Amino acid sequence: MPTVHCSSCVWLLENLNKVRKGVISSRLNFIKKDLSLSYNPVEVSLKKIVELLAYLGYEPLLNLESTDKPLQKNITQRSLILKIGVVGFCMGNIMMMSFPEYFHLDLKNSDDANYHKFFLYFNFILSLPVFFYGASDYLIGALISLKENIKKTTDVFSVDIPIAVAIITLYGRSVYETFVNNSAGYYDSLAGLVFFLLVGKWMQQITYDYLSFERNYKSYFPLAVKVLRGNLESFMNVMELKKGDTIYIHHQELIPTDTIISKGIGMIDYSFVTGEFDSISKNVGDILYAGGRQKGERLELTVKKPVSQSYLTQLWNNEAFTKQKVMSSSLLSNMFSKYFTLITFMIATGSGLYWAYFEPSLFWNSITAVLMVACPCALTLSMPFTMSTTMAIFGRNKFYVKNQGIIQLLNEVNEIVFDKTGTLTESNYEKLNFIGSELSEFEMKLVKTLTIQSTHPLSKMIANSLNIKDFKALPIDYFQEFQGEGIESSITGNLVKLGKGGFIKSARNKEIKHTHSFLEINGILIGYFVIESVYRKNWQTILNNLGKNFKLFILSGDNDADNDKLAPHFKENSLHFKQKPQDKLNFIFQEQQKGNHVLIIGDGLNDAGALRQSNVGIAISEDIKVFSPACDAILDASKFGQLADFLKFSKTSLNIVKASFILSLVYNFIGIGWAVTGELSPVLAAIFMPLSSISVVLFAVGLTHLFAYFRRL
Amino acid sequence: MSIIFFLAIAAILVAGGFLAAFIWATKDGQYDDTYTPSIRMLFDNPVKIPELKDKKDD
Repeated sequence: MPTVHCSSCVWLLENLNKVRKGVISSRLNFIKKDLSLSYNPVEVSLKKIVELLAYLGYEPLLNLESTDKPLQKNITQRSLILKIGVVGFCMGNIMMMSFPEYFHLDLKNSDDANYHKFFLYFNFILSLPVFFYGASDYLIGALISLKENIKKTTDVFSVDIPIAVAIITLYGRSVYETFVNNSAGYYDSLAGLVFFLLVGKWMQQITYDYLSFERNYKSYFPLAVKVLRGNLESFMNVMELKKGDTIYIHHQELIPTDTIISKGIGMIDYSFVTGEFDSISKNVGDILYAGGRQKGERLELTVKKPVSQSYLTQLWNNEAFTKQKVMSSSLLSNMFSKYFTLITFMIATGSGLYWAYFEPSLFWNSITAVLMVACPCALTLSMPFTMSTTMAIFGRNKFYVKNQGIIQLLNEVNEIVFDKTGTLTESNYEKLNFIGSELSEFEMKLVKTLTIQSTHPLSKMIANSLNIKDFKALPIDYFQEFQGEGIESSITGNLVKLGKGGFIKSARNKEIKHTHSFLEINGILIGYFVIESVYRKNWQTILNNLGKNFKLFILSGDNDADNDKLAPHFKENSLHFKQKPQDKLNFIFQEQQKGNHVLIIGDGLNDAGALRQSNVGIAISEDIKVFSPACDAILDASKFGQLADFLKFSKTSLNIVKASFILSLVYNFIGIGWAVTGELSPVLAAIFMPLSSISVVLFAVGLTHLFAYFRRL
Repeated sequence: MSIIFFLAIAAILVAGGFLAAFIWATKDGQYDDTYTPSIRMLFDNPVKIPELKDKKDD
């Protein structure tokens, strides 16, 4: 329900059962704009409900994608919330049960000694779910990473490993203390650690629920199309189309697959698929490729290929779509964790050896204490918290990033590729210009009288562009439209012709690259109308700003008509025109082979492959909720000018992460300082470990907000 | 003083009850959508027409 926007919408849609008999209940998810309905099929059909919704102003978004919807995300999110709840519960209770220990029970007193044991076993029982349930992801993750490292399939040392080491040591030591030494363990530190880790993980998962970053051609295609089978016209799911079917496409409808025109004149707008700005006229017998939008009369088409094999969908069979993007989401922390674990183990053995020599009773104590305290907890927390804050700040500025890893990838970018149509130019806005000698008022009246006779889109545009006060159509003696050629008319004795070069004889040798139409009055060429794309505001300054730090390219599906306009802002050989979707993908691939990290900004399906192949693909959109191809980030078109600021800020936030790494290292040094002396008491650990985590988080989040404030983001 | 044993166990049972409620709520999907309920609670309950008639009689 893309049009849902206020609380009244919720009221109306949830009371649908009162509006329409047969609807049993309806539930709306306001953020996701999903409506769940249950209805009685005997009393009302789904079609009737959809019609009712459309009538009420909530036309449901029906596209091919809606037929296959996974419900996966909810389940993983629920299990994480459950874990946080359970571990939080255990943490609170363990802490409470540990208080007597902290305030020194008198163990010589038989009563107190009894309590002491009771609290110990109580804590042990409470710690079971923490270790086996809450921490299970980390333990399993570490095991997998360890196996892969042993098998040498990867040399990435997952950050789960040092975490798991800390968790296992904490737990092992605690169990040992409980059952062998009969003294307090480190259960509270363990529960706190796992709790904070899970909260960090939860932060990491936060994304924009109401935006979709995974769209493919299916969300662009209609769900159904009008088909003629036998003598029956009916609607059919486009997936069921077979070769040889006859389908009908009306004005503004989308061609779902590769077809041949059998009736009608096509005026096909491919801009979304190819980036070509001008509509293309097609006649009976011409092939139409999937993804074009018909402007004009109804077409009768013969299907050549099923949807899944069409020219457009083939792009999605490219390797780039099947393989996962290289996510360096925890690249930094993975790199860190390798050295971190190594150094920790070295310090642990060092202190162990020292004590083995001087005071053997402290041998195990010091080793385990080092491993416990040197947990990269603060390290693993600073990353998700800084990144999610950055995401929120970007979101406030209408730059929506798919996940936290993207912010890291933004840092590495050194080349930026622009699409032209819809990216540098505005997608919904085109300008009609008249080039030639200025039209007198009488000539304007002639042209307007002529063009209002025709339904051709270009004629309509011309008619709309001519503003004449108190306009009244002049009397027409004769009018004729030549399909695909032009129109001519005799108006108050003047012969007015409007059309292509071949149709207007006096304009035969002229060549204009954009969609155009020549005007001839009484055999004299007056000039021509031309449709030009409108560039976004300040596009030159934006390009010049970005050009200082990045290598810029243009990959456009359009022709090179704007070459001269664009050339001054780019280096030589960086403008590429008439690029097919596959060409764009290949170009990016080549640049990546050279070791470059490529960011691409595009808007259409023609960029889909490139967006996918690139290191970071940003889709620019006038209306972020409507459509954007699969991408890593969505940028609201109005914020195009701030792109450089966003790139800069992503660098800042990575620096903040590094700064908080250093801070947490300082904490680790203090902690290890205690640990090597073998004097890390449970109380000290219980206070020190959460405190270091919280302060690192506060440091990271606060600094990010502060920088955002100064940068006016 | 052995009442403390009883107290601790009672406390954990009470807290456990809330934990169970939380688990139930999560599994029921209450945390899947945390925004719409805040709107939903603003709606008035439907006014029943027969009740209005009764009021006239009063």
